[in-house]
Amino acid sequence: MTHNFLFAGVGGQGVVLASEVLALVAAAEGYDVKQGEVHGAAQRGGAVVSHIRFGERVYSPLNLRGQVDVMVAFEKLEAVRHAHYLKPGGVLIVNDHRIEPTYLNTAVKYPEDPIGFLKTKSYRVLSLNATETARVLGNERVSSLVMLGAVSKFTPLKASSWDEVLQDRIPAKYLELNRRAFAEGQRTMA
Amino acid sequence: MTKQLMSGDQAIARGAWEAGVMFAASYPGTPATEILESLAHYPEIHAQWSVNEKVAFDQGMGAAIAGVRAFVSMKHVGVNVAADSFMVFPYAGTNAGFVLISADDPGTHSSQNEQDNRYFAKFAKVPLLEPSDNQEAKDYVKLAYQISEQFETPVMLRVTMRLAHTKGLVEHGERSTAPKKPFVKDNLKWVVPPFAKAHRSPLENKMRAMEQYAETFPANKIEKGTGKADFGVITSGVIFQYAREVLPDPDFFKLGLTFPLPKQRLLDFCSQYQKVYVIEESEPFLEEQLRFCGIRNIAGKEMFTNIGELSPELIAQQMNGTIAPTDFSKEISTPARPPMLCIGCPHRGTFTALNRINGITVTGDIGCYTLGGLPPYNTMNTSFEMGGSIGQAFGFEKAGEPRTVAIIGDSTFLHSGIPPLLDAVYNKGKTTVVIVDNRTTGMTGQENHAGTGKGIHGEPAKQVDYEKICRALGVEFVKHASAFRPEEVEGAVREAIKFDGPSVVISEGPCVLIPEEKSKPKVAFTVVADECIACGLCFHTGCPAILESAETYRASASQKPRPKAIIDPLICVGCTLCAAVCPPECIVRVDGKPWGA
Repeated sequence: MTHNFLFAGVGGQGVVLASEVLALVAAAEGYDVKQGEVHGAAQRGGAVVSHIRFGERVYSPLNLRGQVDVMVAFEKLEAVRHAHYLKPGGVLIVNDHRIEPTYLNTAVKYPEDPIGFLKTKSYRVLSLNATETARVLGNERVSSLVMLGAVSKFTPLKASSWDEVLQDRIPAKYLELNRRAFAEGQRTMA
Repeated sequence: MTKQLMSGDQAIARGAWEAGVMFAASYPGTPATEILESLAHYPEIHAQWSVNEKVAFDQGMGAAIAGVRAFVSMKHVGVNVAADSFMVFPYAGTNAGFVLISADDPGTHSSQNEQDNRYFAKFAKVPLLEPSDNQEAKDYVKLAYQISEQFETPVMLRVTMRLAHTKGLVEHGERSTAPKKPFVKDNLKWVVPPFAKAHRSPLENKMRAMEQYAETFPANKIEKGTGKADFGVITSGVIFQYAREVLPDPDFFKLGLTFPLPKQRLLDFCSQYQKVYVIEESEPFLEEQLRFCGIRNIAGKEMFTNIGELSPELIAQQMNGTIAPTDFSKEISTPARPPMLCIGCPHRGTFTALNRINGITVTGDIGCYTLGGLPPYNTMNTSFEMGGSIGQAFGFEKAGEPRTVAIIGDSTFLHSGIPPLLDAVYNKGKTTVVIVDNRTTGMTGQENHAGTGKGIHGEPAKQVDYEKICRALGVEFVKHASAFRPEEVEGAVREAIKFDGPSVVISEGPCVLIPEEKSKPKVAFTVVADECIACGLCFHTGCPAILESAETYRASASQKPRPKAIIDPLICVGCTLCAAVCPPECIVRVDGKPWGA
């Protein structure tokens, strides 16, 4: 059985780092893992989407549309853009945070209620405001760890494995803050 | 043995290190860039950014002929630049191992075309390896060196963006090095042109020997399915992974060496099934060869498009008839987030300046500034490939379009902009060239080059002087201007266009992403609302930090009120461009300090 995750957000939100952490935790538990996203010109100010798949043996690095178990959207417009990758009944964890596209074409407006729209679909939509939680903790940049904490409740991966990877990946002086952010994210999904 | 999560690019670099490579060269280009970046972390290897792919290739050839294992990597279109060397090298063959990595970009995620470089290997008569995952990416590099030395031939290893940028688990091995092979002077071998005819049939003999080798090559293998299918599949590269994901039943002939093919084994494989599907991305490279072998019971490109990337869904749709859910995001308003210039990018100032000069045509080049061909700038009118802008401007001029300006980045100018500028001098052109010098190779991730004064590790290096180069070529008009002062750039370009001879304007402004700029303290700017006359000139810079205010202004009662400007203080980096174009000088630093001379 393969566990299929899709992380989506906007460049600069820590989507790639977060998806690497999930991949590393899965690898630490002995799963075969593939994780990938598009780099290069596509990343400048643009939407970022990362595929993470783990299981006994993973073939395709890309998820199939309609087969993702858990999608994590770091920004709500990006949730709309990629939600069709979820399987029916799949879990959609969405950060209730709006990042206005910085493109100067004002013809297409930011949707009024993207989360409400997603709730009309056949998914289990769970929203939190990770950006606000991170700001309260002292640094908006740890919102990605809040999101990771939230998604950790929907993985078969052990708490100790998460913490080992965080210790490995996060510089010592930021570790406590990141741990707190992760714990806050877990709490929102309790 | 430890397994580590590595990208395909990192795995290729690790393979080169384990294979005992001593020399590695590249020019940055997505999706190949991270290969050399990773290699630079191995202290045993001389790794470098070269000025272009041909230079990198020639340097690698030199190192391999001299007797050490050499490695060159580049994006698919980089091989076009190196092709002159690549096509002739096999005539002589190599001494120590030589491997070329071609990182292709089906889907043109970050490229100007999606050429399938597997044809290059066949064209040059060079063996071609295609790994399908990260472990193979590493292992096949080592295999490539074995083949290279066994057959005294350069070898090409091709990956696509999906493998280059996907992380997967890789088992590490040790580095093994061989002593340098002696270089024996042998002009009949290494001086190719006079003896090209003599090399020709030995090269064909070598091909026949490699065809035999392909028949027993272990990475060409049959991957058994569940046995529940009555058809077979032939595939290679990352497409194997997509296909196996959705097709567990059939037997696969998975090709690791896709040129030359193991013809007899493939004939045998195809004879066992009523139908065999050739599933490959991009062009029908395998299918054409199979058809040339006389195999008739195959299906390929009539089912799998040669446009863009394949996906597991597409294979499932064509083979199983399953239809994946489609994107429903357009049911509501979903604005795009297209690639755009960074806030604080110096190119914005150069575009602002060029847009003020009426009646010019701008030939463009490859880099971040290619975005100048898109709204809101629409400054650039052509862009094809590296270094093309200058020769194209000359052609425009000779075709009766004299007001043509070429725009080219610093790294691109050094890559392939010097010969066309020399030509414009020699052939009495009046070409005007704007070199946008942002002191880095911006688009690929801020790599150093011969103009940055730093080497690959950030160590001091000799820094090229663009003005001296241009003057040495015979350009008599060379002016410097600050990219953040559009009036300077505009004035210099206007003068340059009038000048009776080739002319160069160097528009200078550092990329905001280079380390020394990133570490600078940023002070945002703000609009003094009472003084704003809603002229809109700051909007014309296209900076996303400048927004329309709810407050309006009109000079007289007969005019329509227009929105004043405000600046988003959270994203403004204080580049000064908007302040420089503001007629009433009402854009100021938030801390009230003056913003520079």
